[in-house]
Order: sequence, then structure tokens, then C-alpha cells
Amino acid sequence: MLHRIQSSPAATMRTSRRGFLKLVAGTGAGLTLAVNMPAVAADSSATGANSAGNVDVHAFVRITPDDTVVVMIKHLEMGQGTFTGLTTLIAEELDARWDQLQPEHAPVDTARYKNLHWGAQGTGGSSAIANAFTQMRIAGATARAMLIGAAAELWQVARRDISVSQGVVSHTASGRSATFGELATAAANQPIPAQDSLRLKDPADFIYIGKENLRRKDTGKTNGTAVFTQDIQLPGMLVAVVAHPPRFGSEVTGFDASDALKVKGVVNAVQIPSGVAVLAKDTWAAMQGRDALKVEWDHSQAYRGNSTDMMADFRKRSEKSGPVASSRGNTSSVLGQAEKVISSSFQFPYLAHATMEPMNCVALINDTGCELWNGEQLQTIDQAVVAANLGLPADKVKINTLFAGGSFGRRANPNSDYVLEAVQIARQVKGTPVKLVWTREDDTRGGYYRPAYVHRVEAALDADGLPLAWQQRIVGQSIAQGTAFEAFMIKDGIDSTSVEGAANLAYSVPNLRVELHTVKLPVTVQWWRSVGHTHTAFSTEVVIDQLAKAAGKDAVAYRLALLKEHPRHAGALKLVAEKSGWGKPLAKGHYHGVAVHESFNSYVAQVAEIAVHEDGTFTVEKVTCAVDCGVAVNPNIIRAQMEGGIGYGLSAALMSEITLEDGQVQQSNFHDYQVARMRHSPQIEVHIVPSAEAPTGVGEPGTPPIAPAIANALAAATGEWQTVLPLKGARL
Amino acid sequence: MSVTLQINGVQHQLEVSEDTPLLWVLRDHIELTGTKFGCGIAMCGACTIHLDGQPVRSCSMPVAAAVGRQITTIEGLASNAAARAVQDAWDELQVPQCGYCQSGQIMSATALLSENSSPDDAAIDAAMSGNICRCATYPRIRSAIKSASEKLS
Ligand code: FES
Ligand code: FES
Repeated sequence: MLHRIQSSPAATMRTSRRGFLKLVAGTGAGLTLAVNMPAVAADSSATGANSAGNVDVHAFVRITPDDTVVVMIKHLEMGQGTFTGLTTLIAEELDARWDQLQPEHAPVDTARYKNLHWGAQGTGGSSAIANAFTQMRIAGATARAMLIGAAAELWQVARRDISVSQGVVSHTASGRSATFGELATAAANQPIPAQDSLRLKDPADFIYIGKENLRRKDTGKTNGTAVFTQDIQLPGMLVAVVAHPPRFGSEVTGFDASDALKVKGVVNAVQIPSGVAVLAKDTWAAMQGRDALKVEWDHSQAYRGNSTDMMADFRKRSEKSGPVASSRGNTSSVLGQAEKVISSSFQFPYLAHATMEPMNCVALINDTGCELWNGEQLQTIDQAVVAANLGLPADKVKINTLFAGGSFGRRANPNSDYVLEAVQIARQVKGTPVKLVWTREDDTRGGYYRPAYVHRVEAALDADGLPLAWQQRIVGQSIAQGTAFEAFMIKDGIDSTSVEGAANLAYSVPNLRVELHTVKLPVTVQWWRSVGHTHTAFSTEVVIDQLAKAAGKDAVAYRLALLKEHPRHAGALKLVAEKSGWGKPLAKGHYHGVAVHESFNSYVAQVAEIAVHEDGTFTVEKVTCAVDCGVAVNPNIIRAQMEGGIGYGLSAALMSEITLEDGQVQQSNFHDYQVARMRHSPQIEVHIVPSAEAPTGVGEPGTPPIAPAIANALAAATGEWQTVLPLKGARL
Repeated sequence: MSVTLQINGVQHQLEVSEDTPLLWVLRDHIELTGTKFGCGIAMCGACTIHLDGQPVRSCSMPVAAAVGRQITTIEGLASNAAARAVQDAWDELQVPQCGYCQSGQIMSATALLSENSSPDDAAIDAAMSGNICRCATYPRIRSAIKSASEKLS
């Protein structure tokens, strides 16, 4: 067996982009976590072997005598294809047979399984393939070399005369061959070859990377056998449903569980910091018990605001100058003297992630430790937070990572909100496994939203219609403030997640000034698929369209003229213009709108074709998408992620919105928090820009361009740009 | 009360209060967890099963209403030709992303094709719009239904 975990030292990643995680015992406030994430430059070559540091082959590849290659997947499979993508990389260099590869989620072990872009174990920022590309390939190449070494010894032949193909090791001259399984035990005893003795494949020799029709490896999703957290059943397990505070900041002052305990199956009710949990033998009993519970809340510290006033306040702030996120030239004086200034104000609501599987977590706590079952996205942080809460060393917190029924950022909660809630219930019934189940209503009202924002943009044009100055003020809450991510995401008071995509505007504008007003509010906020780009792509891509119109230029040509320094933006834009038939006549009542935006080092351009109907409503008929994400590791998954990213952004563009009234969230379930359905879904065509650059992520970058592309198409129809999301007039 | 249910051709007898939604009987009592919980109010389709061949949101059907009828869940689909074509097309076109909605999608698509072997886009919209997919696999679901339909005819 190629499996010698005990004898191999934990991997030390020596890499220029290494980050590290600091655990600091807090002063009374509990535990402070700081993740340091150095700025990540994309690998410049697709085969650069040194950027992954020393790779611990045993952490990632295990070959069993029955000829199975078990691949440990360090990144959560939540739909974005990590099981397939990371397996592809190992299979490529190992020359394994696709059907013998069996991915599994890795356990929590930060030293071995950290995200090389973060220094902590976790998934997010569209980083799975980008950070693991070389690391996984080295792991595959190492295992291959050890199989060759075993065969050479066994057959007494030279290593260089041995070849490997499709899971079989052969020596042509002697006609000998053996399967991986037959060599597994001997290979495990081979010395681990020095990394510099390995040669990664030339891209011309790839058999899996970049190929179509590799079957996805996250199987069981078409016959009901895939296991999600919601499906975990353990002997003696209780289900917990929680009465949560009706407002942000409300506290429990007392509760009466007598009616709840009358519900058949309900066994207990316990108070926790985030409410009161009802424990029952099954989910329905727990839900009914929760509904029968009487809880007294203290609202004296609670937030009582409403969305209308909040937006008015944000707009007022946007009229004043604020801390500078980025600046070049002399924007204010140019704007002051300019003859032609175009001003727009934008408004973005709070958004819930609304994953299909509402938040949930199974926890079992006893005197020796804690075990969790979860669609686990931030292993290092959740482990540390839970360990601190229980007063345990981190290694006493075991985490079983399961498929997540979507996340879009929600399961990567820097405060471990729902995970900690499960733990705080389970610690009161030690020895009994507890499955915390949030209802859809809990999930919709549970906070951790994409923050609401207001943007105000003023742009001046020169005599040729080219932008001379661009001033953008962004107003909204900070996602990173007060979390473990603050140290590397907030610099000089600027949360990069609030301004990304605007502060680094790609268009060449000689005078640029982006300012940020960070507002503190008790409504909890979090990253939501593509984070800051969800709003900055909208404001910047609408404004550039407005400028093109003011200049009397074609929207694509105008952008291209301003993207001379940004060939990858331009490349995606040109491809989408060509494939969508940009500029060619469309059916009557149909209009095109375009947008291009870079996020997470991937470049995506989209053309939306809308149809405006006689009753004045519109539908999105077709979206053409071009993506440049470097080397396309799994083209089919890249296309799927663009389709999914577009569909996710479509909901936000056309219908989704969380609003507050007297501090209470007005929406509760899919009848009032509306999301895109089959009848709203356009035809989608995805084209991949051929590239030899290092691969970058695709989980998020498909989302940002869709809303501005639709708004620009609507403006083509009506002559006016809508600047408040969700857009009005869609046929729902 | 004591109820007897016909699930995937097998008879189950259990003690459960009669207003318990069929979804939770299937998931928690029978431990058939392929049928998913998404909303609890018949708004998302994750819990779709077949009752005498008709698609039904099991989260909003009290168990008492299913007594004496044929209940089919994703786990019991295998014997149905339309279902096999649907599942094959789903695998072929790599429809699922997170996968959580897909049992419900497949149950709805199978019911559609059993009624209408060559649905047009409008028929697909009508039959499938009760099933939310937050991963937005809709374009592939549409293609997979059409591909299954071709195989069936
Ligand atoms: S759970 Fe039944 S329709 Fe959503
Ligand atoms: S595949 Fe994730 S919700 Fe449909």
C-alpha cells in the first residue's frame, strides 16, 4: 500500500505565497484568529514545479491492493467540481485509469491540507484549482515514480525502460506488466523521490487536463445516494431546531417549554447564546416543538432599522468624501473643471445565499472530544473556534466533511455561526449526537447576507468622448471587520472585499479615485458568490456603457479602446462579441447588452439578449459567455460553473432582495425571497479562451457580469439605465 | 396512529402522528434520505416523490393522505423506463452540481416524460418551474429532458 502516513513528516510548504495562521488567546473576548493571506500572484507558467513547495504524496494519494487509487480532496465539494478537478490533476501525472480513482474529502489537518493561498485549510475565493494545480500534479508524479521504482526493483530492470499508462506499469522488452494494485505494497516502501527529480508532463502530452467528457467524480447525485449533512443518521441522535432571535441583537430572557415538551418525540429544550433549541427524536417533532415554545426576548439592544431609511442614509453618505481605496491623477479637480460629467447612484440590497440545503451540522461531544459532520468549508477556523469554545486542544475536534448542498460562501462563516450553534446544543447533552437543522425560514432570516451597498459614480469625458476622470464612492458594511480575515483583507481601514473590482478598474482612465464609507450595523454580513464583484461589476459596467453612449460609440469598441493594457479582458470581450453576433440585427423586440469583468484572476465577458414584450415586461432569452481562466483543466466543469454563476447572478439581477422593517427581515421562504426558476433561465452558451496561463478559478467569476449585461440590454431597449437592484420589469 | 405505506413496492408499517408530512416519514422513519428537504412549503420541489405516478411535494402532504397509494421515491425509480432514460441523460450531460435538488428534479422530469414523451420548451417550463436549483443547472436539465425524450421515442 502506498500509505505510510506515520513515517512521513508533515509537509512543509516552502513557497513564496505561503501564508500562516495565528491563534491568539484573546483578552476576555475568547479566541482571536488571524489568517494571513499574502497577495497571490497567479503562477506564471502552467508547469512551474517549484511553487507548491514539498508535497507530501501520502497525504493525497493512497493506492490499495484492490487497484483503487484513493485521492484525498482538501477542498469542499459543494457543486463546483473539486472532486473531479483535483482528481484530474493527480490522474494526469499518475497515468491512472479514470475509473480507478476514488476521491474522498480529507480530514482536518491544516499542516497537510492547507489552502496554499491562505495557509489555512479551507475552500473559497475560487482558489481550489489555482492553489492546488502544481501540488496535486507533484503528488501524482511522485506516486508514479514510486510505482516505477517498485517495478524496477521487482523486475530487476532499469527505471527508464518502464512506462506507465492507464493504471498499468509495463516493461516492454521483457513483456512484464503489473497493475497499480499489484505494486501498491512494494511502492509504499519505496523512498520518496526528490521533487527536483520529477518531471511534470508537457501540456502537449496531457491525457486528462483540458479533455472533454471526463465523468464527474462526485457521484450518487442522480440516484439519491449522495450523502449530505442533512442525511446523517446516528444511533440515538436527536434533531435540534432553534428559536432564533427575531431581530439582530435580541437576547433570550426566559422561555417556557411546557407546550413544546408535550409534542410527541420532543425530549428537551436548552438555552444557547443564539436562542433556545428544542431537541426531539425526529425533525418534524423538533420543528413542531420549536413552534410550541414560548420565548421571551429582550429587544432593548436590538436593531430596529428599516431598509428605506438605511438606503437613504447610505445615499447621503455617498455625497461626502471618504477614506480612499485607490487614487491616481487628480480626480476632483478634473471633475470640477470638466464640461461633461455623468453621475449615477446605484443601490444594492442585502442578499441571502439561499443554498438549497439549509444550514445544518451534526455534533457529538463527550468527555474526550468533539466530532462534527458538516459540509465543511473552513476546517482550520471551525476547528479552532469549536476547540476554544469547548476548552479542548484543536486536535480533539474531528471534522467529517460531507458534500454541501450549495454554499456560495455561506458555509465559510468566519464566526462559525451555525457550527458553533450545533456545538453549544450538543455540549448540553453530552454523549448524544445532535443534528442541528435550520428550516428555510431560519436560513432566510439568519443573517450573514451579502451586504447592502450604495455606489455613487461621477465620470468626466474628454472632447473625444474618452473618460478623463472617474470618482466612485462606495457605502456599505465591511465583511472582514472583526473576523479572522481582517488582518489581510483590511488595509488602512479599507476592506478590500468592499471595493474589489472598482478600486482596480481595468479601463484606462487617467484620473481615478475610489472611496469607501464603511458603515457599522448589527445586521450580519458575509461573502456571497464573487463577494465585492457582485456590486462593483454592476456599477462599473453600467457606467462604462453610459459613457460609450454619451461618446456615441459602440459599447464593445469603446471598451476595447480602453482595455489596451488589459489583453485578457479584451480577449474575452472580443470572443463574446464574435460568438454572440454583437452588432448584427436581432429579432424584433430583442436587445443585446454586454459586460466584462475580472474576478479571482479569471476574465469573463457576457452578452445578454433580452426580449421586451408587449406588456412591457422583459425576459432574458440568451446569454453568451466567454471565459479566460488560464489552462482549462476541466472544460465541462468550467462551462457548468459559468452556467451556474450566470443563473445565480440572474436571481439577484431580477428578483432577490432581503429587506428589513423595524429590524425584522421581511422575507422568510422562497415565496417572498424569490430565485430564478426554469422558466426564467436563458439559453446559455459558454466559450473558453484558449490559454497557457496558470489556471484560475471558475466558481465565482461567472456571476458578476450578468446583472450589468442585462441592465445594459434594457438600456438599449429603453434608453435608460436602471441603477437599483433587483431590476424592475422582469417577467416573473 | 399506526399507518401502512406502500413505498417503492415494499409495505411499511409504522407508528406516527397522522399529520406528519410524508417527507419526514420517508427521511426520518424509513431512512430513505434521497428525498430532500428544501423549504417545507411546496415552493422548491426538493421533496418531490410520486404518488400513484403523479409528482407530489411530500413536505406538504400529511402521511395519512398517502395511505393506500403507491409511493415512489428516487430510490425506487430504477424499474421505470422513463426514469432510467432521465437518469442516464442526467449522467451523460453532467447535470448535477451540488446535487441537493436533483432527486426532486429527476422525479419531476420523470413524471413529465411519462405524461408527455416529447415536451417542448413551454411544457418543460411548466412542469419544472416548481423545482428550484440554486446551482442553476436549468440549461442542462432542459437539454437532458430533451435527450431522454429522444431516447424514449
Ligand atoms: S421541501 Fe417540499 S417543496 Fe420544498
Ligand atoms: S444542483 Fe445544487 S441546487 Fe441543484
